[in-house]
Amino acid sequence: MSMPELRSAGESEVLDESGEAAAGKRIEGRSPWRLAYERLRTDRAAKIALGTILVIVLLAILAPVFAKITGHGPNQQFIDIGENANGGPVPPSGIFWLGTDNNGRDLFIRILYGARVSLVVGVLATMISVALGVLLGLAAGFIGGFVDTVIARVIDVMLSIPFLILAISIAYVSGPSLWLVIGIIGVLSFTYLARIVRGQVISIKSREFIEAARALGAGPWRIMFVDLLPNVIAQVIVYATLLIPLAIVSEASLSFLGVGVPPPTADWGSMISDASGFYQYGYWWFLFFPSVALLITTLAFNIFGDSVRDALDPRGAGIYV
Amino acid sequence: MTSAPETQANPVPAPAADGDDVLLRVENLVKHFPLKGSGWFQPKEFVHAVDGVSLEVRRGQTFGIVGETGCGKSTLARCVARLYDVTSGRIVFDGRDITQLSQRRLRPLRTEIQMIFQDPIGSLNPRRRVGSIIGDPFAIHKLASGAERKRRVQELMERVGLNPEHFNRFPAEFSGGQRQRIGVARALAFRPKLIICDEPVSALDVSIQAQVINLLADLQTDFGLTYIFIAHDLSVVRHVSNSIGVMYLGKVTEVATADELFTVPRHPYTGALLSAVPVPNPDESDQRKQIILAGDVPSPIAPPSGCRFHPRCPKAAPVCVAEDPPLEPRLGDGPEHPAACHLPMAEGENLAEFRPSISAEERVEEVEGSLLPDNAEPVDIAGALPVRREGGEP
Repeated sequence: MSMPELRSAGESEVLDESGEAAAGKRIEGRSPWRLAYERLRTDRAAKIALGTILVIVLLAILAPVFAKITGHGPNQQFIDIGENANGGPVPPSGIFWLGTDNNGRDLFIRILYGARVSLVVGVLATMISVALGVLLGLAAGFIGGFVDTVIARVIDVMLSIPFLILAISIAYVSGPSLWLVIGIIGVLSFTYLARIVRGQVISIKSREFIEAARALGAGPWRIMFVDLLPNVIAQVIVYATLLIPLAIVSEASLSFLGVGVPPPTADWGSMISDASGFYQYGYWWFLFFPSVALLITTLAFNIFGDSVRDALDPRGAGIYV
Repeated sequence: MTSAPETQANPVPAPAADGDDVLLRVENLVKHFPLKGSGWFQPKEFVHAVDGVSLEVRRGQTFGIVGETGCGKSTLARCVARLYDVTSGRIVFDGRDITQLSQRRLRPLRTEIQMIFQDPIGSLNPRRRVGSIIGDPFAIHKLASGAERKRRVQELMERVGLNPEHFNRFPAEFSGGQRQRIGVARALAFRPKLIICDEPVSALDVSIQAQVINLLADLQTDFGLTYIFIAHDLSVVRHVSNSIGVMYLGKVTEVATADELFTVPRHPYTGALLSAVPVPNPDESDQRKQIILAGDVPSPIAPPSGCRFHPRCPKAAPVCVAEDPPLEPRLGDGPEHPAACHLPMAEGENLAEFRPSISAEERVEEVEGSLLPDNAEPVDIAGALPVRREGGEP
């Protein structure tokens, strides 16, 4: 209408692209996820850690199979062959691969069953804290104002209460159970995640693509979950992979202190706790094997989490845990 | 772009039949931002981003808005698009007062007013595929889904000169010009009546600027679009606009048709801006006197009294300090060329010959927040027009 033609610069920009298409190259966007996956695939530490995690998961799943092979149930006491003359644990042998505990139960089978508890707690508690952290962080960052103030204060208060003391008192008052442990760890560890999400959302909120979404008529829910969430999800995943080992250790700590998963359920924390009373008499395996299981598991998750962070955030910026 | 103004002949705007021809009317629009941190222990302060702006945009035309960074042109754009709530004033779009519509009531209106943003990187979500970004308008208003949405998105991509096969790519895989085309496609999805272009080419290379501007011109012809075109590059604005409004510190200082503004500027600020436009011919350029404005743009928190330009105006007189000049036709101009100036420039007048007749204190005192002392080196106004707007005015 009012604008005269001005074609001197040409449309080369466009033509180049179609030429590339004509060359038969398959046009597939390389998504940030894809790039992260490529980076992860070339990371040897990540592969070893992931392999270890998969082995642990497999062993946990196959725990009943091993119980069948050895013929030892997780809570089955072998008072005759599983205890020495003084009623103490017997060392590793062909019958008891990793020895027995103070009640004459097969340590190997109990460690496998203990892995189930650890993994379930680690994953479920992390899911709870991710859900809480993402929702509250999004709300605080996006809505701002009063909502932000309230959520930020709640987080401040929660961060100022020592985790173990609060967890012990809750578990002590309501009596220990597996679900309670999951709930306590999940609810108490969302705080850092919520802070990370909130900070990210605040910095992304002022970018023009959010304004563009509003100009298109997008409502607040759509902006939060379609426009903002994909931009914070990488940080969430990184922090979540690091939360899993944290949750496993927290669960072990609670069980060690006697307010975690109640006996006789096999659990690494309570096994270590029991063993600590026998270690001084030379029953090293009773303490050693559950501790090693806990160490390897958390180490594998931590190394994998680090690699995920490197893969998702190659510049090494943006995540301050 | 630089060679454009010589060869082009801007068509005279179609004679207005009556008010029906006006697509958008802004009346005395005011937008104040409360200053963070004030209000508890001291009087609450406001940034006077837009302070009483009135303008009319005619159907099928392009209305250009120029001004220095921080003059409120982007805020004005966002108020018109109702991304910001206005403090006072009225916005009448297509005969409807949209000033006070709630977000929910605004939804249907979103399909009629769209925006193209300045930053080709920041205005596209980096984590989403281009297809879903351009498909957003259809998804949000539930206009099309599935294969139908994909077809329409690819149509749009083709229309703006993108390869429709690149549907699955991410914004980072495109060049700046292509990303701006994505923004255009997204704005175009609704076939809106009004597109507000907030410095759409400022961040682009000069040759790419021409491509994007040509694209916008083609689309205007094809779809009968109306544009509000914001820029600080005068030659670009002259090239694309039918009429141009000049803004300074939240106020419109002069409105005129593109040609008239460039040939007979009335407001000394317009005159100073025009003198800073580079002239392609070096001989001519040497002949020309550039008008250097003293000082910096005053703080919009406490704008100067009277005419806001008086602390920097070479023609400033006591009346400029005392009285805010209304925006009305001066020196026998037609109604389509109002200027807000007590002492408008006559045709061919040389601003460089004038000295302000107000006291030095008036000039400095009013410039609150200015970092420049009284005897500071004058600032070349061309240098005061940075290429990029620092994120988020004011």
